[in-house]
Amino acid sequence: MNKILVSGKVEGTVLKSNDSINFLGTVDKKTGIISDKNHSLFEKVIKNTILVFPTGIGSSVGAYTIYSIKSNNTAPLAMICKKADLTVATGCALANIPLITISDEEFLSIKTGMKILLDTDSSTLIDYQ
Amino acid sequence: MELIREEESALKGEQGEIMQMAYRILVATGEATDAEKLIPIEWAHLSGVNYNTIGDAGEEFLSSISKDARVTVKTTLNPMGFDIDNVSNYKLDENFISKQLSIRNSYETMGVIPSFSCIPYEIFDIPKNGTQVAFAESNAAIHANSYDNLKTNKESAFSALASAIIGKSPYSSLRKEDTPNITIQMKIKNPNELTYGMLGFYAGKVGDTSVNISGLGEMDQRQCKAMCGGMGTSGTCAKFIFGEGDSNTEKIDFDEKEMQTVHDELNTAEKGDLITLGSPQLGLDEISDLTAKLKGRSFQKRCMVFLPRTVKEQAQKIGYITELERAGCEILSDCCTCLTPLICKDDVDAVTTNSIKGAFYLKNSNGVDVNLKSLTQIVEDETR
Repeated sequence: MNKILVSGKVEGTVLKSNDSINFLGTVDKKTGIISDKNHSLFEKVIKNTILVFPTGIGSSVGAYTIYSIKSNNTAPLAMICKKADLTVATGCALANIPLITISDEEFLSIKTGMKILLDTDSSTLIDYQ
Repeated sequence: MELIREEESALKGEQGEIMQMAYRILVATGEATDAEKLIPIEWAHLSGVNYNTIGDAGEEFLSSISKDARVTVKTTLNPMGFDIDNVSNYKLDENFISKQLSIRNSYETMGVIPSFSCIPYEIFDIPKNGTQVAFAESNAAIHANSYDNLKTNKESAFSALASAIIGKSPYSSLRKEDTPNITIQMKIKNPNELTYGMLGFYAGKVGDTSVNISGLGEMDQRQCKAMCGGMGTSGTCAKFIFGEGDSNTEKIDFDEKEMQTVHDELNTAEKGDLITLGSPQLGLDEISDLTAKLKGRSFQKRCMVFLPRTVKEQAQKIGYITELERAGCEILSDCCTCLTPLICKDDVDAVTTNSIKGAFYLKNSNGVDVNLKSLTQIVEDETR
């Protein structure tokens, strides 16, 4: 289901994970690199990507991690989830990182490397380029 | 989400920047959780206290908002990074200590009770059944919903802080009636707290917002806390409902195979260089039990024991602390194993613990290996 949690307009390249993300303890705040060996995005850089993942998991302190990576300029440009969780929603609200949720079908079709325009004022939300 | 006129006005910034920010957070939260409105809460419990986790961004943010922000309901908070009474015994730099004290000062300025504990349900009186609260600490939210007849969502650090400032929280998810679609059938015989921690960790992975759990016997407080801690670490789930559920729910076993998978994920060492007890922090009953178990025995390596300051003070009066220190325990209040800056991979290769929650963060955040053992096993193997 499409929901707008934090509004905004950005253009960028998708980095998609089929694993959920626990921002606390999984993301290196200084570099924006995924540091959990068990994660499918291990060693991938989330900085300046449009990060697409099913949902956020784990400790609520992860919201500060999102605020922190934004302050360190290592944050994604936007985030897109299948299901919004409180940690990611509030982290993005404070850091002013656009966040939307999309349907299961659209989640399946969106792929790493795709160039997209995300615009929460547009009725389609995502424009595939 | 429907807002009343006063809430709309605050969201537009007509009641100042702090209120606007707090409402923005609650609106994002409410949209995320399909809330139709905001409702009053009586108690907020905050996370985002330890400088090790919130860093400079968190410290600066709190310092800035504490000039104007004040909490309007009873508000307690999570552990910080160290115990000021013995911080000089550990290798913590001045910067860490001063930033942590600044965070402490910001929260106190905002009117937060300086509890520094992840077990508010054990050290404060529980309000009457059905009371709406906003607990950010994951194990405490699960404990509140599952054992204490309180109602909370699994809050984030920000949504709990915003709720503390506004005195309201989105009416969503676990505040309403919920029917889990999964029942986990506990099949392990003679479980100890480690088993319950792994069960919780497994449940958190397979569950959505809540799960039914069947096949549980009588559980002591240590085992309940272990299960809540495990669940809070691995997923978004924030409530256990004890029972079979109805016939439509999917049934999943938690048996030797499932337990082994969790064990293999978190247990990466055969032995530890030091032991930690407490994540969640130990309550007075657990301290009493630990004192009894250690009677006439001493640890052969370092053992860090984490507990709330109020529990430490009570335990001191009863004489438990003297006894634990005699047995070689390092007693630490106001802080916890979870995300401790006091264990560094430069000095420590592996840690022995009975905490699944502690194990996850020691491994993923501190970067040390973990050796999982039940408390009984720890006492048997590590003391003489």
